Amino acid sequence: MTYQDPYILPSDITPQAVYEKRRQLIQAAAAGSFGLALAPWFSREALAANTQTLAATPNPLYLGKDDLTPMKDVTGYNNFYEFGTDKRAPAENASTLQTRPWTITVEGLVKKPMTFDIDALLKLAPMEQRVYRLRCVEGWSMVIPWDGYPLSSLLSKVEPLGSAKYVEFVSLADRKQMPGVNSPILDWPYREGLRLDEAMNPLTLLTFGLYGEVLPKQNGAPVRVIVPWKYGFKSAKSIVKIRLTEEMPITSWYKYAPNEYGFYSNVNPAVDHPRWSQASERRIGDPKGVFAPKIKTQMFNGYGDQVASMYAGMDLKKFY
Amino acid sequence: MKLAIFLLALLPLDRLIYLAFTDGLGANPIEFITRSTGTWALVLLCITLAMTPLRQLTGSSLPIKCRRMLGLFCFFYASIHFVIWLWLDQSFDLAAMWNDVLKRPFITMGFLSFVFLIPLVLTSNHWAQRKLGRRWALLHKLIYVIAVTVILHYWWHKAGKNDLQTVSIYAVVVFILLCCRIPWLRNQLTKLKLS
Repeated sequence: MTYQDPYILPSDITPQAVYEKRRQLIQAAAAGSFGLALAPWFSREALAANTQTLAATPNPLYLGKDDLTPMKDVTGYNNFYEFGTDKRAPAENASTLQTRPWTITVEGLVKKPMTFDIDALLKLAPMEQRVYRLRCVEGWSMVIPWDGYPLSSLLSKVEPLGSAKYVEFVSLADRKQMPGVNSPILDWPYREGLRLDEAMNPLTLLTFGLYGEVLPKQNGAPVRVIVPWKYGFKSAKSIVKIRLTEEMPITSWYKYAPNEYGFYSNVNPAVDHPRWSQASERRIGDPKGVFAPKIKTQMFNGYGDQVASMYAGMDLKKFY
Repeated sequence: MKLAIFLLALLPLDRLIYLAFTDGLGANPIEFITRSTGTWALVLLCITLAMTPLRQLTGSSLPIKCRRMLGLFCFFYASIHFVIWLWLDQSFDLAAMWNDVLKRPFITMGFLSFVFLIPLVLTSNHWAQRKLGRRWALLHKLIYVIAVTVILHYWWHKAGKNDLQTVSIYAVVVFILLCCRIPWLRNQLTKLKLS
């Protein structure tokens, strides 16, 4: 099945060959650490990546009224420091990421620790399409149709023990595939975490695609989580390990600056980042144009109905 | 020569206009323009600060003749940078602007830098230079303070994402340019010219 976007006319869609910038990808790969010899192999990979659709059924509960962010922006403006700190770097550098073979090991406080092959994961539960708002901690946002299924489908297979309170996600950190891992910006590998009830919340999506296509490498291929009521950095990309723990995991950004990037990091317009306000956001690709005013940020990114009860009685200024 | 430098200094603006008309500003054009104009204001500040050491090294008077224009171009790009923040980030809400300035150290530094530039621009003409006499030179030493506040502005902006590579390079350049003002080093530069 092909994804039919209800908001975008066929004429609005940038031709795939253009947004993928194939030739630049190939050149970047050829100039990379693998050297010229492997350039034909890379070009084959890059071209092959262009045509993989992912069958998924739209979930009518998550269609929303927001205008979708154009795919060229979703795939061309990314924070994925494993491929460089510039927003365009992931699209330029991520072609070296090898998404097959790929496994996720689920371990820790579970009854049945298991290692899942990516192809088995793709068939573990029915694939849904959901349109979610994505709010970056930096003050910009997008609206993206993701393809995946609730993380709870995976977690229930391994049967978390009663003592499990948190879920830690570990991303791939391979210097050979990810040039950014050579720089000491963060303590690699990238680690993120959720409370178990947050991870089991039906909104938390184990994600394999966007816009009805297999997840582009710069967006965290082959598998990531999407936690739409939290700032974007909470949604770990290119996950290789999921660990259930009793203690709160020390996540990468928390470790770097605990006063700036709290464990919860729920989208909250009332709690400012120490260096900027979180009251408003700039919608990327806003149809009102470049000079459109910023829009007001919503509490829990507008998902309060589904998630606010998990934080009842908590001081969200303290647990930011 | 001055005309050539004038046109060169306009290139960053030409580039932004060209990119705007060819859909080349990327997914977040406002961020792109803000960062580009901020960077070029800093580059022009560095070039302006390099004119005096350059004169000492070469003995040519051309650098000093161009210095005012380069300084004004620094202010030109800083103004675009500032107005975009005031307009698109603060929506011309002066109370919100003031809060932002007080609350966020990197904004404080950026704001101070811009405010400090204003008296230098207003006194950049010959009339003010004559009128102020010796005090003019003293006033224009403010540029050294601005160089420091600008680096702090940039540094604290990048510190939160631990992305300090580029700003470190600018910090080193500014440090070297300020060191050229130390009397001993200044004398060394002049000697280099003579040899």
